[in-house]
Amino acid sequence: MQIWQKLLITATLATTIVIAGTFTYFNYFAKRRLIIATTTSLYDTGLLDQIERNYEATHPVDINIISLGTGATIQVAENGDADIVLVHSPSLELNFLEQGWGVNRKIVAYNFFTIVGPENDPAGIKGKTANDALKAIVAYGESLDDQSGVTKIWVSRGDNSGTHTKEKNLWTAAGYNFNETSKEPWYASVDSGMGGTLNVASQKNAYTLSDIGTFLKFSKEGSISSVALLTEEKSLLNVYSVMAVNQTPPHTNTTYQINYADSMDFIKYLVSAETQQFITEFGKADYDQSLFIGAVQPLKDNAPQPVVQWIKDTAFFDGAECPPQYRNEYPELYT
Amino acid sequence: MALDIPAGITKALELIFTGDPELYGVVYRSLLFSGIAVILATLWGTPIAMLISLREFRGKNLVKTFFTSLIGIPTVVLGLVLFLAFSNGGPLGFLGLLFTPGGIIIGEAILVTPIIISIAASAIEAVDPDIMNLAKTLGASESQASVAVLKEAVNGVLLSNVASFNRAIAELGVALLVGGNVAGLTDVLTTAISRYTARAEISFAIALGILLMVLVFLINLIVLLARKTKMFVTMWRSP
Repeated sequence: MQIWQKLLITATLATTIVIAGTFTYFNYFAKRRLIIATTTSLYDTGLLDQIERNYEATHPVDINIISLGTGATIQVAENGDADIVLVHSPSLELNFLEQGWGVNRKIVAYNFFTIVGPENDPAGIKGKTANDALKAIVAYGESLDDQSGVTKIWVSRGDNSGTHTKEKNLWTAAGYNFNETSKEPWYASVDSGMGGTLNVASQKNAYTLSDIGTFLKFSKEGSISSVALLTEEKSLLNVYSVMAVNQTPPHTNTTYQINYADSMDFIKYLVSAETQQFITEFGKADYDQSLFIGAVQPLKDNAPQPVVQWIKDTAFFDGAECPPQYRNEYPELYT
Repeated sequence: MALDIPAGITKALELIFTGDPELYGVVYRSLLFSGIAVILATLWGTPIAMLISLREFRGKNLVKTFFTSLIGIPTVVLGLVLFLAFSNGGPLGFLGLLFTPGGIIIGEAILVTPIIISIAASAIEAVDPDIMNLAKTLGASESQASVAVLKEAVNGVLLSNVASFNRAIAELGVALLVGGNVAGLTDVLTTAISRYTARAEISFAIALGILLMVLVFLINLIVLLARKTKMFVTMWRSP
């Protein structure tokens, strides 16, 4: 026998033993896996951690949370690498449902976006509507002496997340062409999560769009000195929805290994009265206000108004949170 | 309220010295994943290094240059390649490795393989060729003679292991993209630092940063000591 044959056989055997050992070790502890791909805001506030703990305490399931922007979250789900998506961008969600990647959408919670900025508010946007605030920011940006691109007064997520999508919509609604605005010298795009973006905005004394939950957490931890400048209005509504990933996307031949049964059980858990109450109460003691508000009961009661009407106007498709053609079993979710 | 760095550091030290289970869970996973990755890379890397260094063949230098240049591969690029390969929609999706510890271990093993091959091959080549010939003259088979050479190069092989461990424990790209930074399952020191910073849990991030620095420092200390030991061993052997 040649020396290289011996080497090869020994190496292969040893490698196999180590790999097999490692997998046995990890599988020994493994429970049924449920992969949740989610937006950074739900994760960075710590809400999902708490829900995960509560759920795992009563179910033999191991929840794995992957935290990304909404765009990336949906991409991961389309690759079949997640069982559930929890996101906040109705237009991307509708596309996701229409193409058959996801089923059984449920609106879970809502809160509001706000524009945060330096306390002295040099652009004077405090108390304005989102439309007028953006106009004031553009006027302030154009009035700057420094137009070389060093001074930045607006920081954008720039990561195709739900917040980034909302930002684009707000610029469009205020009458700007987003592609042009984003090239202005005072406009910075950081390609980062909500937390990273808030840090940059605070350091640069710039304005940025943030969900109120992440902002409150960072503000309380003392990481940032920015303050929230806008109040609740329809165009700043932020609606979080959950969808199960489809095991058999219609236009691919593959069947994904999706943990559909546990996904649906978790979705039912999320919309249960108990969890909804938990979501609304989360962080109330620390921040003097809810970070997220459970949306299931308000939608049932059709109150408080006008918020429920705003949810229906901005996050319903064909007058329903999930039109019948995008449902798969589990009719009890929609009664 | 401004960012209070001294308070963050105090809290971080408190976490370290009270043995916070979440904190040390991350440290444990870092050590475990990097450790198994290095063992794997050694198992398949050392034989390749022996073949390259002990045999003469066409394009030998090209092969050596290839592995040496792979040492510097950016971890995010490897992470991206493996993410695409391991994805359920990708060519290796059936293995179910994405977002699992196994995925990180395989990824880090691939990452450090060039280090093992390059350093080990150089160490083996540096061994006096007479030892191989002497062993053969004394009646050893070729594989026995190779083992004799490997024994002489053992310090170089150990050095390659330590350098690989160093690289594996400090890398971010593979662990982040292939592991997905799942809390309590695939988060390691580097990815957890990134997460806790993004979540404004600064003291946790600082504590992890301190522990990572301590680990890297210890590893380099071991390398220094190993080199000294080698000196002593050589001195002791010489008549």
